[in-house]
Amino acid sequence: MYDKGKIMAGLAAFLVMITLPFWYSAATGKAGVKPDPVLPKTEKKCVESRQYMRDAHMDLLNRWRDAVVREDRHIYVSQDGTRYEMSLNNTCMKCHEERAQFCDKCHTYMGENPFCWDCHLDKKGVKGVL
Amino acid sequence: MDESRRAFLKTAGCAILGAGLAAPITRAVAGAVSADAMPGELTAGRWAIAVNVRKCLEREDCRACIDACHVAHNVPLIKDPLREIKWIWKESFKDTFAAESHPYLEKGLAGKNVLVLCNHCDNPPCVRVCPTKATWKRPDGIVMMDQHRCIGCRYCIVGCPYGSRSFNWQDPRPFITTGIKPEYPTRMKGVVEKCTFCTERLIKGLPPACVEVCNKVAGPGTMTFGDIRDPNSEVARMLKDGFSIRRKPELGTEPQIFYLV
Repeated sequence: MYDKGKIMAGLAAFLVMITLPFWYSAATGKAGVKPDPVLPKTEKKCVESRQYMRDAHMDLLNRWRDAVVREDRHIYVSQDGTRYEMSLNNTCMKCHEERAQFCDKCHTYMGENPFCWDCHLDKKGVKGVL
Repeated sequence: MDESRRAFLKTAGCAILGAGLAAPITRAVAGAVSADAMPGELTAGRWAIAVNVRKCLEREDCRACIDACHVAHNVPLIKDPLREIKWIWKESFKDTFAAESHPYLEKGLAGKNVLVLCNHCDNPPCVRVCPTKATWKRPDGIVMMDQHRCIGCRYCIVGCPYGSRSFNWQDPRPFITTGIKPEYPTRMKGVVEKCTFCTERLIKGLPPACVEVCNKVAGPGTMTFGDIRDPNSEVARMLKDGFSIRRKPELGTEPQIFYLV
């Protein structure tokens, strides 16, 4: 290989440059931009653990949707035994009132565009809401 | 070289498989959907509605049931008949009961408008033609719609002989002039919608919105909702006591909206 030293040095420099954000946040301990969803003030406990909701709320919502719409089942028993009515509009959004302050924060950050909002509504985000 | 490529492909394959398996496993930990009914939920072997046509016609201009339904379900008001959305509406007697119409029809019915809605057929053609199972018949007879799964092909609209289904040719939200109710979702462009016998109210122990308001405005018995399999239910007794007809029964769809004439 010709110019092996230059190529390798160039590649190494390139790698360092494109991974710079990771090094930066590892060194300083803070990310440049971080999603900052606003948690409800009235309720401290979600349906499942915080970690599960972070990882898998979309799976939970899909299960809820299928159970309610297709199987006519409406009660969810969470891991700690609490019973909830399965409803995005009337259970989730009773606490997470503002989509823009909660859902959209991470979705926008991640470039996610879930189609929930084509039909479902939050109380504050739509013009003409009663 | 061959060996290392082989080893690389093996490792990569295992890694992909591992990642694919790990995701559902780590997500599987959570609670469960209960088989219990909601407290106070209304259940039936077979839901049906009886409409007392003559009592309804006493108030020809009444729109109480239509307004109650359309407000509760965020149904848009679109004037263009090619694009309009209807869950419950009034149709001329001639078009509603084509086989029962003739030039010498009694004055009280001729030229009058009859209340119509989804018939929640026992043998629903819409269900038969739906390619995605977005519409199906529940065990209690309600012909249900899953807007999440509807692809907007409109076969069901062609299949339904009663015109009970509407297609969203555009985003309906700008046309919800009465104010959107956030408790109930709207629909999106490109899906079909229709009456659901108010499944969201049944689980709260409430009858359909149209029946509830009708009984308040026009008096009890104008619209009667109930379990037709239960011989002691009001709807079953009414049908036993008076003569009733159904829309286009000759098609074999077994409609479950009964008209007391």
